[in-house]
Amino acid sequence: MAEPLVVARQLTKKFGEMTAVAGVDFEISAGEAFGFLGPNGAGKTSTMKMIGATSPATSGELTVLGMDPDKHGPAIRARLGVVPQEDNLDTELTVEENLLIYGRYFDLPRAEIRKRIDELLTFSQLADRRKSKVEPLSGGMKRRLTIARGLINKPDMLILDEPTTGLDPQARHLLWDRLYRLKRDGVTLIITTHYMDEAEQLCDRLVIMDKGAIVAEGSPRSLIEEHSTREVLELRFPVGLQEAAVPRLEGLGKRIEALPDRVLIYADDAEDQLDEIHQRGVNPETTLVRRSSLEDVFLHLTGRSLVD
Amino acid sequence: MTATTTTLRVVEAHARYYRRTWRGSVISTFASPLFTLLAMGMGLGLLVDREGGPGGVPYLTWLAPGLLAAAAMQTAAGDSSYPVMAGIKWTKSYHAALATPVGVPALTYGHFGWVACRLALSLTVYAVIMMLVGAVSPIRGLLAILPGILTGMAFCTPITAWVAQAKNDAKLPSLFRFVIVPLFLFSGTFFPITQLPGWMQPVAYFTPLWHGVELARGAAGVPLSPHFPWYVHTAALLAIVVVGGYIALRNMEKELRK
Ligand SMILES: Nc1ncnc2c1ncn2[C@@H]1O[C@H](COP(=O)(O)OP(=O)(O)OP(=O)(O)O)[C@@H](O)[C@H]1O
Ligand SMILES: [Mg+2]
Repeated sequence: MAEPLVVARQLTKKFGEMTAVAGVDFEISAGEAFGFLGPNGAGKTSTMKMIGATSPATSGELTVLGMDPDKHGPAIRARLGVVPQEDNLDTELTVEENLLIYGRYFDLPRAEIRKRIDELLTFSQLADRRKSKVEPLSGGMKRRLTIARGLINKPDMLILDEPTTGLDPQARHLLWDRLYRLKRDGVTLIITTHYMDEAEQLCDRLVIMDKGAIVAEGSPRSLIEEHSTREVLELRFPVGLQEAAVPRLEGLGKRIEALPDRVLIYADDAEDQLDEIHQRGVNPETTLVRRSSLEDVFLHLTGRSLVD
Repeated sequence: MTATTTTLRVVEAHARYYRRTWRGSVISTFASPLFTLLAMGMGLGLLVDREGGPGGVPYLTWLAPGLLAAAAMQTAAGDSSYPVMAGIKWTKSYHAALATPVGVPALTYGHFGWVACRLALSLTVYAVIMMLVGAVSPIRGLLAILPGILTGMAFCTPITAWVAQAKNDAKLPSLFRFVIVPLFLFSGTFFPITQLPGWMQPVAYFTPLWHGVELARGAAGVPLSPHFPWYVHTAALLAIVVVGGYIALRNMEKELRK
């Protein structure tokens, strides 16, 4: 088997006393889409910056593209594409100028960059915006431009830190589509997100991070199989009535989670549970039967909800 | 890709950015020194020359190279304050560059290199103006450009070092209010520092602008004080550039590679 593109062993990042990444282990192989799923402050960005060779690890080992980021930062960065959490485009410059300047940082010849700009603007559906300033572009356009910029050096690996946060559903789906295409073309993707649907859609394999540690690892499907049931029954009660109802649900399903605004009953067949509830004379205001998601895996592993 | 190449790419990026935004700074770069030169040099100069100007040359000749050094200071201070803060904290263009083969040294030296280019450009225009108003001969005017660049760089590197470690921009206005403007007025630009109260004169020896003003004057053909030959000024300015540059690089590393 080919050498993994990224290998981390006990990788740790501290900011003074504060530990952002607390000794994580993972491997990322060529061609896969690998996700880091976790809530705010989990340490996703800190991990991305270490992989991207822009922030030194405090301790542990890290190999990126077979090299040590502390010693070969520029050589590693030459082969990476980075889409940071916050867009850092030059908003005073045009779309084209942003790409040109960035391409020159990789020492690409101007003619070659112009050729790539044509392709990338078509790819990111910005061809008609080539000469416009970046400032007035929509959030989704800026995000696509940042991705285009990250691709100017034809990277082996693209690091995307929360690529769709703040975008509307349509813009998200457009972006996902572009990421599928990249994956199909063999680009290794590293994606952080706190949207479980995004992780399920895009990632072949992912780790769930919480408070700087990795709490689970696997494909979206295997994680759900391992840590949750096939289905979930969601119950919502009128305001103030949930407390009284919860004790009467005891024994239902494999597991029950009482969240502030709803109760979740985990079972392989949720319809059966619903019948049982009605027999017990419990009357929720609304009920919903759905498949288990990574959100449920996260809830089970940490006792907390992923998106508050 | 060598560090020299990446440094040049950073200079190139600055140039590209300048090509789009230079219009905004053209007045402050060229027009205000020109007006100062005309008003003070020709207007005030008439009065001063009646009494016999400083250095035994016409006041305009004496003033012009000093203003050139002061303009270098202002250009360098402007380019090393808010733009550096923006690169680190606002537009984060420095962070964008650091995700490429560009490293912190290339980013820092590229900034220095660009400021030097900007100085060369604006001081050349300024030198031409000096010649056109008859303040100096063409050769002398061109000779004053190099000391001007050195003066500007003696402000560029320490200010970059200071801005790189600043938490926010709250203190930036005080740089101009309490450093740049007083230096402009009291570093021997408009009148010799021998006119200052006795205790203030040694203070001037430690200000980069005074060394720059004297050096530019020497290059423009105004006789210098025998106690301070040109190489003393050059050494003082170079020392500031080097120490400032070293601290700037260190502070940039600390701030940008957390
Ligand atoms: N430069 C820094 N200085 C001090 N603390 C930091 C710094 N950067 C991050 N941290 C802290 O490290 C922890 C992890 O932050 P990180 O940005 O890696 O989390 P994240 O998973 O990316 O979160 P988010 O989803 O909000 O982006 C947080 O508690 C954060 O406050
Ligand atoms: Mg983050």
